[in-house]
Amino acid sequence: MVGVPLWWRTTETYRAWLPVNQINELAELQVCLCYRSMAHWTRYVHPVLGYQAGCHLRILNEILARDHSGDDTLSVLHVEADLSLHTLSASPCGSVVVYVIPETSVLLPQGVDVYIGHRRTAVLRMGAPMSVGKNHKQLLAHLEPRITQVVQVMSFSHTDITAALSDRVRLSPGSKESLADSMRSFKSSPGYEITFSLLNPDPKSHRLDWDIEGAVHSYIQPLLTKLAPLANFSIDSQILYYAMLGVNPRFDSSLEAYTLNADSLAHVINPVEARLGSNAASSNPVLNFLLYVPDAHHSPLYIHDHQKQPVASNAFHSPRWGGIMVYNVNDLYGRGETPLPVNININMEKVMGVFLAQLRLMLGVQSSPAPPGFLVEPCGGAGLADWELDRLMWSRTVENVATATTTITSLAQLLDQIGNIVINDNIASQVSSTVTSLQLAVAELEAGNLGFALQYSKEAILASERAFFDPSLLHLLYFPDDQKFAIYIPLFLPMCVPILLSLIKIASEARQRRKLKQSKKD
Amino acid sequence: MARHCTVKIFVLLSLFNLSFLVSTNNIEDKAGQFFNSGHTNNWAVLVCTSRFWFNYRHVANTLSVYRSVKRLGIPDSRIVLMLADDMACNHRNPKPATVFSHKNMELNVYGDDVEVDYRGYEVTVENFLRVLTGRLPASTPRSKRLLSDDRSNILIYLTGHGGNGFLKFQDSEEISNVELADAFEQMWQKRRYNELLFIIDTCQGASMYERFYSPNLMALASSQVGEDSLSHQPDLAIGVHLMDRYTFYLLEFLEDIHPSSTTNMNQLFKVCPKSQCVSTPGHRTDLFLRDPGRVLITDFFGSVRKVEITMETINLSSPMEPLPERILSEDRQRETQYYVDQLPVSVIIHQVNTHTHTHTHTHTHTHTHTHTHTHTHTHTCTHTPLPPMFWNMFIL
Repeated sequence: MVGVPLWWRTTETYRAWLPVNQINELAELQVCLCYRSMAHWTRYVHPVLGYQAGCHLRILNEILARDHSGDDTLSVLHVEADLSLHTLSASPCGSVVVYVIPETSVLLPQGVDVYIGHRRTAVLRMGAPMSVGKNHKQLLAHLEPRITQVVQVMSFSHTDITAALSDRVRLSPGSKESLADSMRSFKSSPGYEITFSLLNPDPKSHRLDWDIEGAVHSYIQPLLTKLAPLANFSIDSQILYYAMLGVNPRFDSSLEAYTLNADSLAHVINPVEARLGSNAASSNPVLNFLLYVPDAHHSPLYIHDHQKQPVASNAFHSPRWGGIMVYNVNDLYGRGETPLPVNININMEKVMGVFLAQLRLMLGVQSSPAPPGFLVEPCGGAGLADWELDRLMWSRTVENVATATTTITSLAQLLDQIGNIVINDNIASQVSSTVTSLQLAVAELEAGNLGFALQYSKEAILASERAFFDPSLLHLLYFPDDQKFAIYIPLFLPMCVPILLSLIKIASEARQRRKLKQSKKD
Repeated sequence: MARHCTVKIFVLLSLFNLSFLVSTNNIEDKAGQFFNSGHTNNWAVLVCTSRFWFNYRHVANTLSVYRSVKRLGIPDSRIVLMLADDMACNHRNPKPATVFSHKNMELNVYGDDVEVDYRGYEVTVENFLRVLTGRLPASTPRSKRLLSDDRSNILIYLTGHGGNGFLKFQDSEEISNVELADAFEQMWQKRRYNELLFIIDTCQGASMYERFYSPNLMALASSQVGEDSLSHQPDLAIGVHLMDRYTFYLLEFLEDIHPSSTTNMNQLFKVCPKSQCVSTPGHRTDLFLRDPGRVLITDFFGSVRKVEITMETINLSSPMEPLPERILSEDRQRETQYYVDQLPVSVIIHQVNTHTHTHTHTHTHTHTHTHTHTHTHTHTCTHTPLPPMFWNMFIL
């Protein structure tokens, strides 16, 4: 009698308490994404409304009021306006400011209705002129679809959100581009490693010199600093000698050059990849950027696309892996007798221009074509416009929230079903902190605070990954019930037999005694 | 029991309504090879589970599949190779450092660039399940991990001695089909694979895939329940059988595949019919979403990369800035430490401190990493006897 509870206690597995109810609630999560957008009316749109306060409006009005007689200043007017506007107002993360200018204004070039600058501002040209009698609300209602379109380009649209959830909810892809986008960019991860490699298959002919540290510092670092809230980046570089491409390029006599056509590009990467190292200490995804300088016998080397046209960038990339650029150096030394090896200084601006574009693609900065009538300022040296960063942050936050939610709910399900897994206290604390962070992230998303929402979602995903992948959660002991019986029966059955027999004896004796008592009474 | 059929649908409503598009096959028919398979990288987990010299053929099986997979393009960094015993350096091997897969020693599958990730006693059920589910301790190096993501196609090949519903590891423990199915379900929950091909060459191998219930799994086995898989290629010089029948004919089939071939899975199912194999190979495709006739062999055995031409570049007009002075000047401050700057040997040996001295060492590290670290250690040695000596010995 004492043994049974003792045995029960010693064979049960330690399971710390998990907030299962809250986790179940998370499974039915509804997230509301709110963005903040402000529309400013400039003078000449509406005489009354245009006199509102705000120094940025004053500047814009001044620019509009200036005498635009000289034609040469027109083309950069919108750039100048954009620059002066955002020196004044720093709009918070996740918001969009739209300035509405009159139809006839020359601030924007002909044929352009919307101009999107580097920061979070857009300039929208009013449609058909409005009669004076309309008030604020009617103007807003008239412009709302166009403002919505602008905001969709600058923040998020429902295709973006669908793409962010594409691994959780596998909907049929809306378009080829969105499928390619979701396959190309890396999934959200707390860190990434970027490796720049210079491949020199012919060190006898070329002595290559590249200032990678300076180039990284000048061109890549600004982008990565801007992306710091999203993830940590670590950069390495290396030079590989005698690394050949696995494919033989074909000689094209019309161009007097060697060509690689698009179909053979897929086989270039595998032989090279075996020679690229990776940092053994971390499990972060790796982005590889390779610069290949063709050997003297196969120079110059051009990449042709599917239509057999040479590619301007001479580079290609592979989704979730990185990019390769071919850098031709044969024009840097003359046809005469130059002593080998030739010293070549690589033009890092050109190289980094290509790598930066590829890096943007790999990280998910979508470059979908803008709708007609939109003029989007190219990002230039900064690498990333503020609104592009916002777009990335929106989709990453949603992705993180979705991933953390599925992780934690599947973990709860798993632990529920398999009763033999031990749940330690640290796992329980990770799960609780995930649930809290998720709730906070959702609250911040509803309030429109993108920066905080991203932070909470990152904490949630880190905690959920740590809980799910904890090494102690291994269910090794698959004990089906029939095996449990098979283990216990040979142990307990021989013991039980005399116990049962004696119990039966006691019971029959008790019955006999009762019968005697009854017969005595009678 | 792990069978659970609830699918939780996560509804995230944004400001705009999500509209579900019903068109499924149209997009993929129109698109090129890029979109047919939906995977961007390939992984392979190849496991041999038996010990002892007379199980030479299982190691040869696994190594032959390893060679084929490498030839078709999957690099070592994406292959997790687990060999339970070392046949090449076994003292009963008449040709050391070789493992042959054809009789008369025609083909050496060991060679000199084999990267074995788990060897010998490290091949256990626990480690295998840890690799699959990702629950490895933090100190595990990258080469021992399966770092797949939701766009990875994984090939899993198991060989050894098995029975009805289990596979024997190291002659001392077993993995059951339920555990394997649960492990795959956990991989699916965490989206650690896009599609998975499971091949098993053991006796009664078909029992191992009976319990699978996660989507996107395709399985092949060398024999049905109640049948034995037989060995092949007995070699008189080495004295053991060199291969198993199913794997032998599988490799003959793979010899004809090259990285750009378009053979599909239906041909793989026909490999090794009963006349050649004596056992009946089986396969299971009901959990697989695509039609096996449209799945290429190289989707799993090779690593054909999707490639896109880079159309845009960024115009970088600003010239390169020189590295900031802070980084450059720290470089020059690096001191060189000399061996003779240590304490004299007599002091160390006799552990008598003759005078007090203060060592100040400045170590600066400059990496090509984005962060630069500066460490400054200052140690003061006083008249106390033992501990400071050890501190000094540790610094230098």
